[in-house]
Amino acid sequence: MAGRTLYEKIWDEHLVCAPEGESALLYIDLHLVHEVTSPQAFDGLRLNGRGVRRPDLTLATADHNVPTDPISVPVTDPVSRRQLEALEENCAEFAITVFPRGHENQGIVHVIGPELGVTQPGMTIVCGDSHTSTHGAFAALAFGIGTSEVEHVLATQTLPQQRARTMAVVVEGETPEGVSAKDVVLAIVSALGTGGGAGYVVEYRGAAIRRLSMEGRMTLCNMSIEAGARAGLVAVDDTTIDYLRGRPGVPSGGAFEEAAARWRGYVSDDDAVFDKVVTLDAASISPNVTWGTNPAQVVSLEGVVPDPADFADPDQASTTERSLAYMGLTPGTPIKQIPVDVVFIGSCTNSRIEDLRAAAAVAAGARVAPGVRALVVPGSHRVKKQAEAEGLDQVFLEAGFEWREPGCSMCLGMNPDQLRPGQRSASTSNRNFEGRQGRGGRTHLVSPAVAAATAILGRFATPEEVAR
Amino acid sequence: MKAVRVIEGRAVPLERSDVDTDQIIPSEWLKRVERTGFGRGLFSEWRDDPDFVLNDARFAGATILVAGPRFGTGSSREHAVWALMDYGFAAVIAPSFGDIFRNNSSKQGLVIAQLSGEDVEELTALIHEDPSRLVVVDVDQMNVEVPSTGWLRSFNLDPMTRQRLLNGWDDIGLSLRHAEEIAHYEATSRAPSLAGLFDAAGHIRR
Ligand code: SF4
Repeated sequence: MAGRTLYEKIWDEHLVCAPEGESALLYIDLHLVHEVTSPQAFDGLRLNGRGVRRPDLTLATADHNVPTDPISVPVTDPVSRRQLEALEENCAEFAITVFPRGHENQGIVHVIGPELGVTQPGMTIVCGDSHTSTHGAFAALAFGIGTSEVEHVLATQTLPQQRARTMAVVVEGETPEGVSAKDVVLAIVSALGTGGGAGYVVEYRGAAIRRLSMEGRMTLCNMSIEAGARAGLVAVDDTTIDYLRGRPGVPSGGAFEEAAARWRGYVSDDDAVFDKVVTLDAASISPNVTWGTNPAQVVSLEGVVPDPADFADPDQASTTERSLAYMGLTPGTPIKQIPVDVVFIGSCTNSRIEDLRAAAAVAAGARVAPGVRALVVPGSHRVKKQAEAEGLDQVFLEAGFEWREPGCSMCLGMNPDQLRPGQRSASTSNRNFEGRQGRGGRTHLVSPAVAAATAILGRFATPEEVAR
Repeated sequence: MKAVRVIEGRAVPLERSDVDTDQIIPSEWLKRVERTGFGRGLFSEWRDDPDFVLNDARFAGATILVAGPRFGTGSSREHAVWALMDYGFAAVIAPSFGDIFRNNSSKQGLVIAQLSGEDVEELTALIHEDPSRLVVVDVDQMNVEVPSTGWLRSFNLDPMTRQRLLNGWDDIGLSLRHAEEIAHYEATSRAPSLAGLFDAAGHIRR
């Protein structure tokens, strides 16, 4: 018998039952909750007289909606405020730990799980948010669910699931200097297309992946959903264990070593067979940027805006044409000549300490270009505190960046941080959909270092250009 | 959810691919704590355009949406399904769908009929020819028909989704029939727990 993939191991361990003619029931180890996709689920529980089965496996935070103004400034939007209050009320009613706005543990749901150490290898983790795939960096099977499923997990701590197919995305070799995890994942999404991962759980493998830090692996797994994949995974190794050691949610001393020994089993067996294997050469990956309105529309920073005429497939040609019209771009324009209005450094893709360090290294001693608004939004209060301890806030402030309170912020523009119609942004987030950052806004996805360089030069730029 | 067997109605062709959930219902609509009233936000950024197909009087009252590949990719927001249904759609026909969107639809009784790209194009052409044509989506038989033309294509539903749609079953109720197995799993497997990690105010207990 062939060995099992990491996904299959986690699946087998969490199978509650697989009744004939029904979907398998999978046990959920950790359910993360936020204000946007949960109120209707809690209402459903009340309506049906059901309770929360395992409040001790449920953790809630405010993130999508919170303003990033100083905490002393109240939430002015009444609808947002109502939603934030509803989260606190619901959590109080059902005895769920919640981190409201301003709480020391509050932050973007996919940033706080790992940093608190409650995201652990071999777990099943769900959240009413598609970027739950982020937690796969820890060899946890983590995926986004809708509100009905949120209610289902609250009530039963299980989910009916169909077994996914498995895909190995192997990134061989070494990435060139200056290429970040964000560039790698943009290359992967571009290679797979927005639907290429549909029905699959992807495991990222290969030398270039092993060399990534946990922050980098989170960036990578985070965007699995942009290729349509159900989840992304990276196997456990020393990097995983080292990151977890000392986190509040993990055991300490001998108990940690015991847990670590068990966690090391969360790797695919050598003879495991994947349903599909896609291989990329790390050496061919360059700093990347999206030019269109889906995250697979990627081009090298050294490249030019593509021409619809370059696409043989008529569907792709018309999609390209519509994307370019929305983005206000002319085919053939060198990327580095495109000016931006706003730079956003943040989101569950790139708002961790390492991301902020990378951006600050570029910003140090420079000035944001006149007319450009540049925001830095740490992923959590813990990240913010750490960055301030390292003096990164001062670096950003001296360079003319705004230093904000944590939250999802301009990643989806549910709070006041939004693009105005026609404004162009360089953003470290994960989606460049039409209107994602504000109605009529034009989003280009980039890495933190490229975002910082772009803020300083006022047009798309590499860090080397700033140094010069 | 309500049982759904056959949907008979007129169809409207969206003729766009990669319609993500941010397009279906923009994020400004996600602040609501209710489950109803999202129809007004459906495709709201496109509905300002008088040429947008939903503004075309010939398609008013259509209950079946025909779209291009990768419909409903992106965010997990079930609000996209609520918006489509609140607006009046009972089925979506497209060559492919986002996974989470497909899941969410099945929980609400929005029928997802996946046809080949060619079939979707043919259907689109038939609707354009005569927008008043009746289209039938049959969950029981798993086919899409334009009776006035004899055009008939079948689609696939996984057996469980089909049963749930036909019977209007509540997923949670179904799973709770396995309460014993769940309890057994909890008693016998390695049980993680956050108990004791945080105090009542959510601070780390140390
Ligand atoms: S930062 Fe953006 S992608 Fe991440 S959870 Fe928040 S809204 Fe979703």
